[in-house]
Amino acid sequence: MTSELDIFVGNTTLIDEDVYRLWLDGYSVSDAVVLRVCSGILEQTGATAAVLQSDTMDHYRTFHMLERLLHAPPKMLHQLIFQIPPSRQALLIESYYAFDEAFVREVLGKKLFKGTKKDLDDISTKTGITLKSCRRHLDNFKRVFKVVEEMRGSLVDNIQQHFLLSDRLARDYAAIVFFANNRFETGKKKLHYLSFGDFAFCAELMIQNWTLRAIDSQVDDMDMDLDKEFLQDLKELKVLVADKDLLDLHKSLVCTALRGKLGVFSEMEANFKNLSRGLVNVAAKLTHNKDVRDLFVDLVEKFVEPCRSDHWPLNEY
Amino acid sequence: MPGKLKVKIVAGRHLPVMDRASDLTDAFVEVKFGNTTFKTDVYLKSLNPQWNSEWFKFEVDDEDLQDEPLQITVLDHDTYSANDAIGKVYIDIDPLLYSEAATVISGWFPIYDTIHGIRGEINVVVKVDLFNDLNRFRQSSCGVKFFCTTSIPKCYRAVIIHGFVEELVVNEDPEYQWIDRIRTPRASNEARQRLISLMSGELQRKIGLKVLEMRGNAVVGYLQCFDLEGESGLVVRAIGTACTLDKLSSPAALLPACNSPSREMKEIPFNEDPNPNTHSSGPSTPLKNQTYSFSPSKSYSRQSSSSDTDLSLTPKTGMGSGSAGKEGGPFKALLRQQTQSALEQRGGSPHRFCRRREFPFFTLTAFPPGFLVHVGGVVSARSVKLLDRIHNPAFVGIMGNTRSYKLLDWNSFNSDEPETRDAWWAEIRQEIKSHAKALGCHAVVGYSESTSICEEVCILSASGTAAVLNPRFLQDGTVEGCLEPRLEENLPAGCGFCHIPYDELNMPFPAHLTYCNNCRKQKVPDVLFTTIDLPVDATVIGKGCLIQARLCRLKKKAQAEANATAISNLLPFMEYEVHTQLMNKLKLKAMNALFGLRIQITVGENMLMGLASATGVYLAALPTPGGIQIAGKTPNDGSYEQHISHMQKKINDTIAKNKELYEINPPEISEEIIGSPIPEPRQRSRLLRSQSESSDEVTELDLSHGKKDAFVLEIDDTDAMEDVHSLLTDVPPPSGFYSCNTEIMPGINNWTSEIQMFTSVRVIRLSSLNLTNQALNKNFNDLCENLLKSLYFKLRSMIPCCLCHVNFTVSLPEDELIQVTVTAVAITFDKNQALQTTKTHAEKLLQRASTDNEELLQFPLELCSDSLPSHPFPPAKAVTVEKASPMGEGNFRNRSAPPCANSTVGVVKMTPLSFIPGAKITKYLGIINMFFIRETTSLREEGGVSGFLHAFIAEVFAMVRAHVAALGGNAVVSYIMKQCVFMENPNKNQAQCLINVSGDAVVFVRESELEVVSAQQPAANCQPSCPGGEVTT
Repeated sequence: MTSELDIFVGNTTLIDEDVYRLWLDGYSVSDAVVLRVCSGILEQTGATAAVLQSDTMDHYRTFHMLERLLHAPPKMLHQLIFQIPPSRQALLIESYYAFDEAFVREVLGKKLFKGTKKDLDDISTKTGITLKSCRRHLDNFKRVFKVVEEMRGSLVDNIQQHFLLSDRLARDYAAIVFFANNRFETGKKKLHYLSFGDFAFCAELMIQNWTLRAIDSQVDDMDMDLDKEFLQDLKELKVLVADKDLLDLHKSLVCTALRGKLGVFSEMEANFKNLSRGLVNVAAKLTHNKDVRDLFVDLVEKFVEPCRSDHWPLNEY
Repeated sequence: MPGKLKVKIVAGRHLPVMDRASDLTDAFVEVKFGNTTFKTDVYLKSLNPQWNSEWFKFEVDDEDLQDEPLQITVLDHDTYSANDAIGKVYIDIDPLLYSEAATVISGWFPIYDTIHGIRGEINVVVKVDLFNDLNRFRQSSCGVKFFCTTSIPKCYRAVIIHGFVEELVVNEDPEYQWIDRIRTPRASNEARQRLISLMSGELQRKIGLKVLEMRGNAVVGYLQCFDLEGESGLVVRAIGTACTLDKLSSPAALLPACNSPSREMKEIPFNEDPNPNTHSSGPSTPLKNQTYSFSPSKSYSRQSSSSDTDLSLTPKTGMGSGSAGKEGGPFKALLRQQTQSALEQRGGSPHRFCRRREFPFFTLTAFPPGFLVHVGGVVSARSVKLLDRIHNPAFVGIMGNTRSYKLLDWNSFNSDEPETRDAWWAEIRQEIKSHAKALGCHAVVGYSESTSICEEVCILSASGTAAVLNPRFLQDGTVEGCLEPRLEENLPAGCGFCHIPYDELNMPFPAHLTYCNNCRKQKVPDVLFTTIDLPVDATVIGKGCLIQARLCRLKKKAQAEANATAISNLLPFMEYEVHTQLMNKLKLKAMNALFGLRIQITVGENMLMGLASATGVYLAALPTPGGIQIAGKTPNDGSYEQHISHMQKKINDTIAKNKELYEINPPEISEEIIGSPIPEPRQRSRLLRSQSESSDEVTELDLSHGKKDAFVLEIDDTDAMEDVHSLLTDVPPPSGFYSCNTEIMPGINNWTSEIQMFTSVRVIRLSSLNLTNQALNKNFNDLCENLLKSLYFKLRSMIPCCLCHVNFTVSLPEDELIQVTVTAVAITFDKNQALQTTKTHAEKLLQRASTDNEELLQFPLELCSDSLPSHPFPPAKAVTVEKASPMGEGNFRNRSAPPCANSTVGVVKMTPLSFIPGAKITKYLGIINMFFIRETTSLREEGGVSGFLHAFIAEVFAMVRAHVAALGGNAVVSYIMKQCVFMENPNKNQAQCLINVSGDAVVFVRESELEVVSAQQPAANCQPSCPGGEVTT
């Protein structure tokens, strides 16, 4: 006796969060069944392995059908095929787009469309995330990137509007998109100690302060590209190093501003010239794309590393 | 003539990409009704077109309005080649034709294609302006309301229940026409969908005419089915119960209603608070009567299942079709006459009236209080027919043009076909009627008909519950009703229906009678089998449970008559075994009555399958069931003895465990009758079997095991061993779960508002090697058990909950395939609240009981636990705040509706039940009856058979919900999937599936919301009140 067909369709689509998790994590049906058995569900419910298998298959099928809608979350809201309470829908979307930071850290700033795909295997081995799940992560990034790439207005808002993500997740995606767009190099060994959170924080500040819209909020342009004029202006900062007077002035201003706020103030004051030079040099080079990409590497080399000895917290600007 | 249909196409969304180059679509819409077609402009390059069309107006007959569906086709415009169809929407505009239902259909409909499934949605607005037509000879029956619900719908009151209406329409199946060889699968599927839609429209119209003829205004318990007979055609048939309904709309309207004795308890209670007051204050009905009348109300059950199979058989079957054909005419004529005379008779004595009816059948399964007086037992009839005989060449060639077939069917020359089928059914109905008579009953309730077709052999089955009804509901004129002596007044509550309707000295079959445990005055059988729902006022001890008997029998492959003969020969044995199994399982559960019994016999190429489902309960009025004794045949073998005693012990343990599980603690009644340990619990039920040909030769088949005590199982061979084992393998549901196949679970009354309707389908392939009956049985049994286990597992998050209205359907699509389809609804309930409410109920009941009737005192316990039936009344009086309404409502036991949070807009609930827990149905919007075909030629790509069917069923649900939402409703009640025919051809990577669903679209209001609303403006939900009165006349 073999089961040819075995389905269950509820008027309200049944969603088992645990199984959804397993599906998102890229486990195959049989692996998922094993994992569920291990979780002790059989003992709790008195079910048999066959029941579990059938249940898992069923959920996987449902998720598979839902996946198409998850690719365009607003569709999920209007579609009529699956009746899912709104709170559940939000949860489905949120978890579908949620990502593993270890993975993001690997691809952050890389070009999303080329090259990375064949690296997925390596990433998968390295991070312990299943290949399937890696692919979903990457596809999510690409999808979000593609949708908001050409869009005007606030990056975060756009993402939120088109993918119905929570504020927090939308910000993270904005960071990912921003990094991918500017292709900041993050993979160098020196940068390994930085977490995705650190970069996301930087990205947010940069989006707020360095992009076109940051300069003139009337210009309803994109958040994605750095403001060229601003970068040009940065070049002029060279005077801060070249000119002694200006250097001193700068120093006193910065010191006044930071006095009392910094635990390592005295060290900073002492090293100000070196640090400032490092920063200014990095800033001045930013008109070149290549240097933009190496922004973080340079910052770490020229600014953070000198500070290391004094265990400074990372604090850009 | 009179009607103007107006349609506006507003917009589309999520359309598929039809132009690969641009990734966009140039969509436009064709709107077709009858032979008229309109088109919208082409909306270029968009997947979300905004057509915002003008109003397309169709001027049509109301007859067409009833028959034709509105057909909306979305196409992609293509300058150089033919336009590509994206998909279609069929909209049944019937709901717009009654005054009280929907006034506009407006909303997003899924665009459906039979090959690709749902492809986007379209927003449509449809309106109908109806002119009044006073023409008496009209062919339309606009205004007659249809309900799938098998009880009086919640916001109505039955003034009169007229009786049985039936009709069938036959046509050639487009799938089998010559043209099908040259057209695309899509065209063929669409032709079929459209034809069935037309045929069901026509059928409904014709039934409506019959109802008007009987002076009714509604059909309740409307059940429409398709028989896909393959080569020989397509039959659409329907049965229902004609009624005159009155809308219960506002408290004000209720008062007058009160005077008429024929009020429906079910609805009354439901209808808001005023009821209780009305009850007591109602001028004409003293409170007491009221109470009493509840009791006898619905009950139907009786013990012996006299199932008659008509086994007719076979030899005659061949001829059957021929001879039956001849008889068909007269039969039908008779029927017509009957109706006629009924009409004339109106006003005469109700008793006579009732008897005169050709078929005093009622498709209802739940009744107004007082309607049901006694229940005799299950009556059933089956007949095996050969389809090839009826092939009627007159049809060929006319098809395709719907108009012509319609005309044809009024012409005599071609009415042959329907007449033949009519005759077949008439024959079976006649038989049912005579069985009922044999049980001393003049009516059959809970009546239903079904067929099973395999190649050219067709088994027609009908079953129902013989009953004695209170005639006052059956006549016209409420005044007379008032004068009618109330039969039931002298019957105590809760047991009247159990009392035998037949003469004790002249019993139709040997049954063991005892005095009723409740009133001690009347005789009751030891076991009662019925096809109806548990009457609200029945006194039940403990909870109920789903009981199934499953059986397979191998059969040789054969052709035509030989095949029919073989089947007919097998049928009686199957009936017998199914019955025995049911009985044994019932005993094992320590229960004594079955409700909602449904026995399905399915025929396949090489086997027959029998599946009986019912809900077992312990009726307080019936005697305590005896245990099961096991006897071995070879008493000399010591180890064998030991084995036997071991089995016996196991059985006894199971019974004890079940008693505990279902909380069956019958009060120890020290009376003689019960006390005696069932000396002769011989349950025999016998089947009245009769030949299909001649219903007068009734062969009697004694279902009891000869002279032996039926509860003694003899283990004399391995077969018997298997049987006993299988008895014990049924695993009870996990704790927190209950299941039943009736509307409500006896013993649970505190439903909370969470419901989950679902459909589950399983197909297994039998290994063709050495198939034996036992192996088959085991496979089938495992299939059903595993399916149930899966359901319990999937729904575990709803615990505590109850699966209600569990409906199993078995089909045998191919040689080695068994398909089981289950539709049911899981409803949560609140354990704690139960305790509370029961307590208060119990107190009240006690009070009432003490004043009323001594005997009741003995059952306070069960009264509380089963609460629903018993307190319809008393609590209603006291509990005003809690919106008394739900109380009386037998079915609605949801009083406890917790503040169910914001049900978001757009959510459409679906349930096979006639009510929604925790809510009140305020309006019925019309019947939903939809038929879909889905086909694929890329089965693997769509996820195999499971993926294909899963997606299709989800789509069907979506389309049903969309139609309901467009009508302005938020739920479908009495939802049923009548057909799910699945065929696959994995080698060709193809599969096809046909699904037919129906239900009633309704608007419901949460009780919690209701309170607020009614507080603010009392008349809030009675807007549609007005029409009620007019319609009645």
